[in-house]
Amino acid sequence: MSFTSAQWTALWPLVVLALTAVVAMAGIAIRRSHKATLIITLAGLAASIWLLWPAAGVASTDVTPLLRLDGFALLFIGLIAGAAFVVALLAYDYLETLPTRREEFYVLLLIATLGAATLAASNHFVSFFLGLELLSISLYALNAYPHGRPLPLEAGIKYLVLAASSAAFLLFGMALIYAATGTMDFSQIETALAGAPAALVLPGAALILVGIGFKLGLVPFHLWTPDVYQGAPAPVTAYTATASKAGVFAVLLRFLYRMGQPPPERVILVITILAIASMVAGNLLALRQNNVKRLLAYSSIAHMGYILVALEAAGASRTMAAAAVGFYFLAYFITTLGAFGIISALTTPEREPDTIEDYRGLFWRRPWLTLVFTAMLLSLAGIPLTAGFLAKFYVIAAGDAATLWLLLLVLIISSVVGLFYYLRVVVALFSAPPDTPAADGPLAWRMPLTGACVLGVLLVALVWVGVYPQPFLHLILGLPLH
Amino acid sequence: MILVWLLVILGVAGALAAWSGRWGRDWPRWIALVGIGADFVLTLQIWLRSGGGDLQGALQGHWLREVDWTWIPAFGIRFHLALDGLSLLLLMLTFALGLVSVLASWRDIREGVGFFHLNLCWILAGIAGVFLAMDLFLFYFAWELMLVPMFFLIAIWGHERRQYAAVKFFLFTQISGLLMLIAILALYFAHYASTGVYTFEYTELLHTPLSSGAALWILLGFFAAFAVKLPMFPFHTWLPDAHTEASTAGSVVLAGLMLKTGAYGLLRFVLPLFPSAARAFAPWAMVLAVIGIIYGGLLAYAQTDMKRLVAYTSVSHMGFVLLGIFAAVSAPPGSGAAQWALEGVVLEILCHGFSTGALFVLAGVLQERMHTREMGRMNGLWAVMPRLSGAGLFFAMAAVGLPGLGNFVAEFLILVGTWPVSIGLTIAGAIGILVSTFYGIELVQRAFHGPNRHHWQIPDLLKREALVLVPMMALLLWLGLYPQPVLNTAAAPLARIEQLTLTVTGTVASNERRP
Repeated sequence: MSFTSAQWTALWPLVVLALTAVVAMAGIAIRRSHKATLIITLAGLAASIWLLWPAAGVASTDVTPLLRLDGFALLFIGLIAGAAFVVALLAYDYLETLPTRREEFYVLLLIATLGAATLAASNHFVSFFLGLELLSISLYALNAYPHGRPLPLEAGIKYLVLAASSAAFLLFGMALIYAATGTMDFSQIETALAGAPAALVLPGAALILVGIGFKLGLVPFHLWTPDVYQGAPAPVTAYTATASKAGVFAVLLRFLYRMGQPPPERVILVITILAIASMVAGNLLALRQNNVKRLLAYSSIAHMGYILVALEAAGASRTMAAAAVGFYFLAYFITTLGAFGIISALTTPEREPDTIEDYRGLFWRRPWLTLVFTAMLLSLAGIPLTAGFLAKFYVIAAGDAATLWLLLLVLIISSVVGLFYYLRVVVALFSAPPDTPAADGPLAWRMPLTGACVLGVLLVALVWVGVYPQPFLHLILGLPLH
Repeated sequence: MILVWLLVILGVAGALAAWSGRWGRDWPRWIALVGIGADFVLTLQIWLRSGGGDLQGALQGHWLREVDWTWIPAFGIRFHLALDGLSLLLLMLTFALGLVSVLASWRDIREGVGFFHLNLCWILAGIAGVFLAMDLFLFYFAWELMLVPMFFLIAIWGHERRQYAAVKFFLFTQISGLLMLIAILALYFAHYASTGVYTFEYTELLHTPLSSGAALWILLGFFAAFAVKLPMFPFHTWLPDAHTEASTAGSVVLAGLMLKTGAYGLLRFVLPLFPSAARAFAPWAMVLAVIGIIYGGLLAYAQTDMKRLVAYTSVSHMGFVLLGIFAAVSAPPGSGAAQWALEGVVLEILCHGFSTGALFVLAGVLQERMHTREMGRMNGLWAVMPRLSGAGLFFAMAAVGLPGLGNFVAEFLILVGTWPVSIGLTIAGAIGILVSTFYGIELVQRAFHGPNRHHWQIPDLLKREALVLVPMMALLLWLGLYPQPVLNTAAAPLARIEQLTLTVTGTVASNERRP
């Protein structure tokens, strides 16, 4: 089989990711250098993002039946690679605090990114599973990367066991659908579903939803989320919360749209239930958390619920729903990376700051970091001037257009509950400093340059998207899903 | 363009104030004072030049000043600010009370002075944005934006239970704000369904045909946000906590300005956008308003904490505002009652801002010197601080509605406007004024009169404090004796609101407002 030049152009971003992983690995074999590996990684990711523009010129292109690189896939690949870029930078300072070897982290990160990007473009059960496993297996190792410590090990093993079993569900679901329809190609699934026996299709779809729900951390498949978020190193948590979820969400969106317009009613019903359960349970469970990473884990569960509301608005307008999902992920990426970036920046060789108490009065010691953290928390809560506000606005607009009143009502009530725990953290940040000197030292305006730059850029992006989103909306709306 | 400058000056002044905090404590104060002062002078100058506003022009939707830029064309969102007489008066109130807040907290605030003034300036910018926005998205944006700095103002520099009060305030306003967002979007999509145009533009949405059911639901969404902010009984419970726990500047801004955004929203959006639905809803709103008037007054009477007392008087006074607004919408056309009621509402907004703001300043001064707000521990302060006690008597009497002071004119006009609508409610409202004399006299009696039993020896008003209070007294006297210039400024926009509200009278049955 030979590729046309258009197919090559479309595939280059993924090829570059794979090549970078190989080059980084070879580089480590020749000579260990933390800085050099970081630079190779960043260069590869930047090249991959840069190659998206020529790829967008030839979108939508099918590369074998496995991959479809349309505008939507390219948007998500861009987001995922961008997240990997930020995570690599955050990890640089973080890894410097570890006694272990550091360079392999970047190889794993690149492979995970390749997997997530494959997911975003996958149009076939095979590429779906392939991408998912690439992503998951790298994440097992990434979660447990500081293997001298108990919590990361616990996180890694927990993720391994649960992700492997959810992959089994997913595979079985795929097998059932294949048995019913005789195809694994998403493009043919709608026509094939028409005559297929429901007794196979429905359990199949349900099992696939279980697998996806696990990866997205939707209630009731969310049990791993708080533990893994808490245990994993902060940059890895940032990656799990963003890139891995976005990749899976992109598949879900594509798969759902391929099942027909509008998608089958029962599937929609299941998604409604998942959305409501995630919004309500995520926000309620976060209320009682004293550990900031666990709190953010539950918050991410709730945010996945909000995105499902946008997904469901596809019943009224696919374009609007896809754009709302894309925009929400953009905002969610910036915010989540920023929030975990702060935790990562506050990490000392001894420990990560974890409970809310560690953050009490941070404003009086680290004013700039607190400013960024507050902005990120307010963005999660959906307060104006931040990207999170417009994202929530977009989701509510999509829901309003599709008259999903029940979901909107749940969204409002649960997001006010959410506001409560974000405010708890904000209040702690600004409350009077404790009498005892804090773990992270006295008033400090300075921090490592890379971390400061990343957080500064994220803050600017947060406000830019929140105040003048037109260029981003233009970009997203110009990339229709085919 | 000047409207953008008003916001930019505040934003920059806030940022500069925060930055200058490292140079010394007085830098942020002066920077904030200069920034807010500049805005005040700018609006004052617009007012002096406007000469009361052009009635005919305003009726056709001409603004005194206007800025209309494209912002997010993908959603049909524009950056549209516009100024008419009503917004102008509220802006002058905003900046005047902004100056009061800076001066009143000159000695109060010692920690994080820079950040404090950043928050103060940005709240004022948010409030000014609310009073100017003519794009509903922009309006919601500003509406939400003012909450965050207010939250910090309460949570960081407040009194004992500040964090509880701050979170309660934020949650109440946020949930009602989100309901309004859904209502705004529902209106937006309804407008699209009937015209094929996506827009948040106020003047366009005015003519959206809605079924009566949809109009009522959307009205309720807007009303939720404004009723919580106002606050209307039974959504007032955040208010006493927030007002009491906030620092002086926080209380002044909350009572003097933030509550007014609710009243402004009702006047500007609820009445003109949904006249028939508002008329249908008016009896409920008016009954709740009257309950608020009396209930707020009674609760104020029962308080021992000075700030809490003043906070409850706000519930009562805002009841008058709500009563006036919904009396205007249901007044028989041509009787002039609607005009009276609306004029009363505008005056009440202004006078309440000054009288309550001043009472909070006084409470702040007392708290700073005596470290208590309990009136039981004050007693007989007249002997030691005659000037402050005299001011206290003056502003308490203003709150009570003593003839000659602005609040009297306002409440009188509102009651006159309510009379043709419902005699019963007018009487109940008048009873509310009676109740207000109880708490007014109670306040003066307990705090200032009697023997100085606790042997307080504390300094009287300082020059800086007098500088804040004396102009406020003068303004209240002016509004009470000769309110006509102010009423002239508001006349044109009020006439426009009235006209938009009454256009449907002939066609109520069809429930459609397209002319």
